[in-house]
Amino acid sequence: MGHEILLGGMALAGVIAYGVLAGADFGGGVWDILARGPRKSEQRDAIAHTMGPVWEANHVWLIFVIVILFTAFPRAYAELSVGLFGPFHLVLVGITLRGGAFVFRAHGGYLGERVHARAWGVVFGGASVITPVLLGMSLGAVSSGLRVLAPLPLAMGALALSICAYLAAVYLTLETEGELRELFRRKALYAGTFVVALSGVVLPLTYVAAPHLWGGLTSSPGAFVVSAGVLAALTSGGALLFRRFLLARIAAAAQVTFLLAGWGLSQYPYLIFPSLTLHEAAAPPATLDFVLYTMPFGLLLVIPSMIWLFRVFSRARPFSPS
Amino acid sequence: MDALTAARAQMEVSLGFHMIFAALGIALPGFMCVAEALYLRTGRPHYLALAKRWSKATSLLFAIGAVSGTALSFELGLLWPRFMEFSGGIIGSAFALEGYAFFVEAIFIGLYLYGWDRISPRAHWFCGLAVTLSGTASGVLVLAANAWMQAPRGFDLVDGRAVNIDPWGPFQSPSWLPMSLHMTLAAYVAVAFAIAGVYAKGILRGKADDEHRSALRLAMIVGAVAAVLQLPSGDIAARVAAEHQPAKLAAMEAHYETRRGAPFMLGGFADDATETVHYGIEIPYALSLLIGHDPNTEVTGLDRIPRDERPPTALVHIAFDVMVASGMGLIAVSLGYWLMRWRARREEGWTAPKWLLSTLVWASPLGFLAIEAGWMVSEVGRQPWVIFKVMRTRDAVTPAAGVELTFALFVLLYAALGATLVFFLRRMARRTAETAETTATAEAAHGA
Repeated sequence: MGHEILLGGMALAGVIAYGVLAGADFGGGVWDILARGPRKSEQRDAIAHTMGPVWEANHVWLIFVIVILFTAFPRAYAELSVGLFGPFHLVLVGITLRGGAFVFRAHGGYLGERVHARAWGVVFGGASVITPVLLGMSLGAVSSGLRVLAPLPLAMGALALSICAYLAAVYLTLETEGELRELFRRKALYAGTFVVALSGVVLPLTYVAAPHLWGGLTSSPGAFVVSAGVLAALTSGGALLFRRFLLARIAAAAQVTFLLAGWGLSQYPYLIFPSLTLHEAAAPPATLDFVLYTMPFGLLLVIPSMIWLFRVFSRARPFSPS
Repeated sequence: MDALTAARAQMEVSLGFHMIFAALGIALPGFMCVAEALYLRTGRPHYLALAKRWSKATSLLFAIGAVSGTALSFELGLLWPRFMEFSGGIIGSAFALEGYAFFVEAIFIGLYLYGWDRISPRAHWFCGLAVTLSGTASGVLVLAANAWMQAPRGFDLVDGRAVNIDPWGPFQSPSWLPMSLHMTLAAYVAVAFAIAGVYAKGILRGKADDEHRSALRLAMIVGAVAAVLQLPSGDIAARVAAEHQPAKLAAMEAHYETRRGAPFMLGGFADDATETVHYGIEIPYALSLLIGHDPNTEVTGLDRIPRDERPPTALVHIAFDVMVASGMGLIAVSLGYWLMRWRARREEGWTAPKWLLSTLVWASPLGFLAIEAGWMVSEVGRQPWVIFKVMRTRDAVTPAAGVELTFALFVLLYAALGATLVFFLRRMARRTAETAETTATAEAAHGA
């Protein structure tokens, strides 16, 4: 197999890791801003408590993707940078404000700045809403000629946002107990409904706006992956209904994985549809070899450390407000 | 404002902003780690209090560094798409390796900051060490990409395209190791004197407890050693510039006329139109002596550089002088401190006199000033090239409309973020002064 295909696959794997892990962090921000009722500060504390140790590591998957993109596919990176100049700048503003607001709020707490903390919470939540929308729109634009303000990218932006919210709520059912857990379960079911409805909008839109994507999604192997995604979605929804929270979490992660993998497979051989293929955008072989051969060493450092991180802060001690 | 000016301004603002957090990300975890190691060895609670306090500052600063670094990696393409298209396949190797180092840093910083009572003390300290090492490594690795822009290697230029690419090119750039050494030391200088200033201020407010005195002593040890080491490190960096980027060196020194026995120009305003320096002080033979270690060394002046390949002399010269003056000032302060301390070595519980503490407070931003000025020397001194002698900055800029707008957006964003951060850090420092003693006693009571 061509090295550019392997590296395209690794970039897609990076997008999936970012979606499954950092997506939930963005979703946390969404639930932060939507928190209502008598338990709103408990919800916010649970979100902050769960995100705190991991969000920075989760964020690095975006850097991983960007670095593969500009090293192995420099032409594509240049074209994306020009074509998505506005949206990418707004993504950066979103990422910066989200990260800044999150730590400012966390520190505001012990510095006795409760009022400030609430203001930062609003910034944190707002940035967590716009960033996934913009990223989803960018993904849609990459499949349809780099036009952002068109029905398909807009629908994909909304879908991305609802997926993030869904993931976060499902994950949070495992990090909480009692009434709080029931609250997040209900939120997950709402968000899941949005995911299903918006998927129902996006799919026919690809038929009109991105026939190439539609073709990929409805024929082998894309169709199998999408079917697996639908199955995972049904499983996670069902598991939520029956309060099988661990199963719901695994199935929700699988659902997002299959969805993004289906998108990537259907996009092939294009990196940017319709102007640039993976092959055309590829850097010279020496560069591709470098990225590919250093990757196992890099990931050997990263993956075990990351597993340790998640184990240390996993369910061993579920968060309960004292 | 045209697109090129706006793009350069946005890049300078972003780099200047990120650089502060990059330096903190390199050196602050080192301090945190030393404090925790001292606690593990001695069991004295004030070392633990220090480690915890510095880890809180780290958590705030690392987050800002991570997001502003992300912004930079996007901006390289957003503002300079032709540059990334040309060089992505060559310098990407440096970013790829840096990416793993950054990954490790982000993972272990999570474990360190939130893992105080979840993992064993030794494992916790090891996490801090991993943060320190990977932070330094990511700085050194990403500098290879910048060094490559100063002295590119690892490709042949054929019809404006790079062929025969060697991904190890960035690591073969002669600027890489000198820059890495200079910047890593600069990070320790800047952070050490910033810490010294915070604790000197605390002592001036009457908090001469163990925590304050240990922190000040530790900062002054690291700061003095790093500042003095900057002398040979700066000498190496300047001689590499003289060899590979004579235009930059000439601009740093406002040196217009190529000659033997070249003087060192101290201060003054360089005027490119008349090729003269107003109000500068010349130290005879000093430049030749510094560059060639021989007073008769010939030093290339700007007269040998075509006019359209010269950097803006006045700016580079002033920035260079600011950097050197800041460094020299910090060396002087260090010498003063250690001389006083040595003379009082027999006194129990010695504290520095008030005037010395005030000097430390006033000197505390100088290290960061030197870093900002140094980056100005490095990046403005490279102009008009984005890749030295290969690609001009104006040929790399984005054709996209609206750079003026994004520049304004980023200025606002970073101004707001910077102001908030200063507010938080001041508050944190004040709390340090207020609560140091109570924390120490409370933690001792808990047997922490």
